[in-house]
Amino acid sequence: MSTLNAPPVSRALPSAEMPAAQERSRGYWTSALLRFRRDPVAMGAAVMVLLLIMLAIVGPWITPADPYAASMLKRLKPIGTEGFPLGTDELGRDMLSRLMAGARLSLFIGITPVVLAFLTGSVIGILAGYAGGMTNTAIMRTVDVFYAFPSVLLAIALSGVLGAGLVNSLTSLTIVFIPQIVRVAESVTTQVRTRDYVEAARASGASPFTIVRVHVLGNVLGPIFVYATSLIAVSMILASGLSFLGLGVKPPEPEWGLMLNTLRTAIYVQPWVAALPGLMIFITSISFNILSDGLRSAMDNKS
Amino acid sequence: MGVRRSRMGVSYPSQHPCQPTTMLAYLLRRIAYALPIMLGVALVCFLLVHIAPGDPLVSVLPADASVELQAQLRELYGFNRSLPEQFVMWVWRAMHGDLGMSIASNRPVATEVMVAVSNTLRLAVVATALGFLLGCLFGFVAGYFRHSWLDRLASMLSVLGVSVPHYWLGMVLVIIFSSQLMWLPATGAGPGGSDEWAWNWAHLQHLVLPAITMSVIPMGIVARTVRALVSDILDQEFIVGLRAKGLTHLDIFRHMVKNAAPTALAVMGLQLGYLLGGSILIETVFSWPGTGFLLNSAIFQRDLPLLQGTILVLALFFVLLNLLVDVLQTLLDPRIARA
Repeated sequence: MSTLNAPPVSRALPSAEMPAAQERSRGYWTSALLRFRRDPVAMGAAVMVLLLIMLAIVGPWITPADPYAASMLKRLKPIGTEGFPLGTDELGRDMLSRLMAGARLSLFIGITPVVLAFLTGSVIGILAGYAGGMTNTAIMRTVDVFYAFPSVLLAIALSGVLGAGLVNSLTSLTIVFIPQIVRVAESVTTQVRTRDYVEAARASGASPFTIVRVHVLGNVLGPIFVYATSLIAVSMILASGLSFLGLGVKPPEPEWGLMLNTLRTAIYVQPWVAALPGLMIFITSISFNILSDGLRSAMDNKS
Repeated sequence: MGVRRSRMGVSYPSQHPCQPTTMLAYLLRRIAYALPIMLGVALVCFLLVHIAPGDPLVSVLPADASVELQAQLRELYGFNRSLPEQFVMWVWRAMHGDLGMSIASNRPVATEVMVAVSNTLRLAVVATALGFLLGCLFGFVAGYFRHSWLDRLASMLSVLGVSVPHYWLGMVLVIIFSSQLMWLPATGAGPGGSDEWAWNWAHLQHLVLPAITMSVIPMGIVARTVRALVSDILDQEFIVGLRAKGLTHLDIFRHMVKNAAPTALAVMGLQLGYLLGGSILIETVFSWPGTGFLLNSAIFQRDLPLLQGTILVLALFFVLLNLLVDVLQTLLDPRIARA
């Protein structure tokens, strides 16, 4: 973790310990933000992510038509039909409205597992890294077992066994991502633990809880967070993939993966309408990927 | 294997790292480490069935089954014993190639899984090879011409590769090449839905679209890795040394390949494993009769022995592949064994 080579001194340490040379320079987070804002591609992705999140919040309220209103007479209209700018789906529902309304559920099922895994995985990983010894071995060997499964396989196996449904697919994706976050959290914590300032704090009588809160958290959360953002793109694809297989969200809810699944039969009738929900997943995942790449290089203050 | 040391830039350790004892110790340690993982994997697969809600026999039992029949079947499948007992029996049988009977088809799970694995393996190997070649090409160009428009283009392609929902890409390819242009078949592994494979055009046609779809992920990841490797190697002193010695571009390229190969090949090996386990979505799109297809039907028919067996075989395959990749990488680059 290259970000650790020069730890975010300004936040993690009292200013008295700061070397004189760094006192004059900008703080770590400020300079990271500056670097990020100078990267046009990353900024573009950030704007895109913000737009998607706004769509997820207000989308279902501002749809031009009712995303659930089916009509047998208006089934599978092409893109550009009067009144249906993006055509209609296999039940005659307005595609534009369904895509807009679908943003909420699609982003929700993609982001929630990563957030849950970030919270639990960080706690477990920091515990393993800071405690060391037997605790570390026990946690990390368990993690290794889960790591031995390809993530797609584990996600599908778990939600296949638990049964279809929103909660079950969120649960299985969270279980898939926790080991990955634990690994990163453990490795950065292990590096920080041996730093002189942690030794100094311990020598001066700080309790383990205080050391973790004051000295460890500020230094490890950044790298873990960046790693977690890179998982969102994967999670979006996997979560929608579970719905695509019929293991996630249930009809008639608008969700991009599920829409892609139900429109699969229509690829010979209205191919481009059928491909639209996947395009939304693609746009979302690529935006998160570029955003996460940008965050990584902005927070890497070596270059 | 001797350690070559350039007179100009010393980038190799001075101690000879390839002493046979070090290497053997490393290999043994690595294998000993894989065994508990494999046992853990078996435990997870075993427990999967027991976290499943409902009676595992529900899909075979008729609704009005008598109590005796239920007890008989429970005995037959071993569900009446204690969990640790069942686990030991299951592992013991699995070690002898017996993964139980599929509840839905009443055929041995092992037979069904092996047929499916061979179909998936064929697809995954072709896809990995394709992805590896393209990924190396893009990654090399991007790393060699760092910060040029070529780099940006190649990097963009690799971001696209890792971001695209591959099941959707498969659908789009079907739309373009099957439904619109009608060049290639949309589904199945052979003409007339045949499961028997043959190396002829009629069968290869069916392989084209799923293999391209599948190759996109390893392409993106290999390209990223190779770009980083190439730009790291270019920064090292021995390249300057080689240039100063007057070597041609081709010779320098050879040196770069030698340095980048172990890592790039390791990434490729791991990608093959991920594709094997992660092919379910693509196989569903193309109705490819592989492990993903088998998993899908096992899930929806609630055929738990089949589900358990398929996941076990795939996960063990992944562990063994990891082991193999580590060993090969160490043999190619003995410095790893000392770490």
